[in-house]
Amino acid sequence: MSLARMEVYEEEFRHLESSLRRLRLDANAKAVFLIDRNGQHIAAAGDTDQFDSTSLASLTAGNVAATDGLAKLIGEREFSVLFHEGQRDHIHISIVARRAILLVIFDERSSLGLVRLRVKRASSEMDRVFEQMDQKAEMGFQGEAEPSPFSEITDEDIDALFSE
Amino acid sequence: MTFINYAAREINCKIVYYGPGLGGKTTNLQYIYHKTAPERKGKMISLATEADRTLFFDFLPLDLGTIRGFNTRFHLYTVPGQVFYDASRRLILKGVDGVVFVADSQPERMEANVESIRNLESNLRDHGFDLVTMPLALQFNKRDINGAVPSDEMYRMLNYKREPTFEAVATDGLGVFDTLKSVAKQVLVELRKK
Repeated sequence: MSLARMEVYEEEFRHLESSLRRLRLDANAKAVFLIDRNGQHIAAAGDTDQFDSTSLASLTAGNVAATDGLAKLIGEREFSVLFHEGQRDHIHISIVARRAILLVIFDERSSLGLVRLRVKRASSEMDRVFEQMDQKAEMGFQGEAEPSPFSEITDEDIDALFSE
Repeated sequence: MTFINYAAREINCKIVYYGPGLGGKTTNLQYIYHKTAPERKGKMISLATEADRTLFFDFLPLDLGTIRGFNTRFHLYTVPGQVFYDASRRLILKGVDGVVFVADSQPERMEANVESIRNLESNLRDHGFDLVTMPLALQFNKRDINGAVPSDEMYRMLNYKREPTFEAVATDGLGVFDTLKSVAKQVLVELRKK
């Protein structure tokens, strides 16, 4: 995995989405989100429309980063699970494949125990998908028969973004 | 770290506004937020103290439009400028694609400007980045104050690698978008190289 970029291709994206959908059903959760540790939204499943996924991703990554800092202060490598209990809705946050964050939002129709159990299984599935992504990145994979669209970006393309 | 989602056809980049406390980083973001069309921006989040000083970060997602069929999104962050928030500052730099350094033009803040650039260099190094190769724009803010240090003098003190430099009055918006465009262009040019 390059330090400079993370790339998700169609095949892995479908696998991740399918794991998230299954997790959402198995855990009886309202919504589940997969977020990159730098705060970028990767994929989601469930009643995602009622949440601002961009803000959610950024704040979750900030939360995990701050908690990581706390862990290091007391000599731990990381706290791999965070749980926030609300009056109605609760948030379960866990780390997947050391680079992504799995966020599960659930209410009284589920329970912390069930969510933890289902998250564990989904995490191992997603670990494998991230391994596959790493392998493709190492091989310089550029997508299914699709050349990198970025090598041909022109100065005009870039200027056009700022023309308004 | 640029995040490219081929399935959703999206490019996501992270820009961090860095600089000494009360230099105008949050004001830059607030101006961008107010001047950007609603369909091009998300919610601006400010994690601030009761006295409106940035405690952890400000966050503003911007949608710049399409490039080669990919929707181009920039996530703008500020860091807390106060010296004792260094641990938080370091966290925000994780995965950064480009930096805007907002320098304060007041004579009494020159030392803080220089210290903050050194701090940026060191915190980037902790994440495996090198300021020499990082897309960077330098902004001299508060050009409207009486007794502002002349720009060429500030340039001599703060220029790191002949990066694009802009004079600004962030409260009025002067130089704000020019600075953002400059760093965004550099990030996209990097994307082309890799």
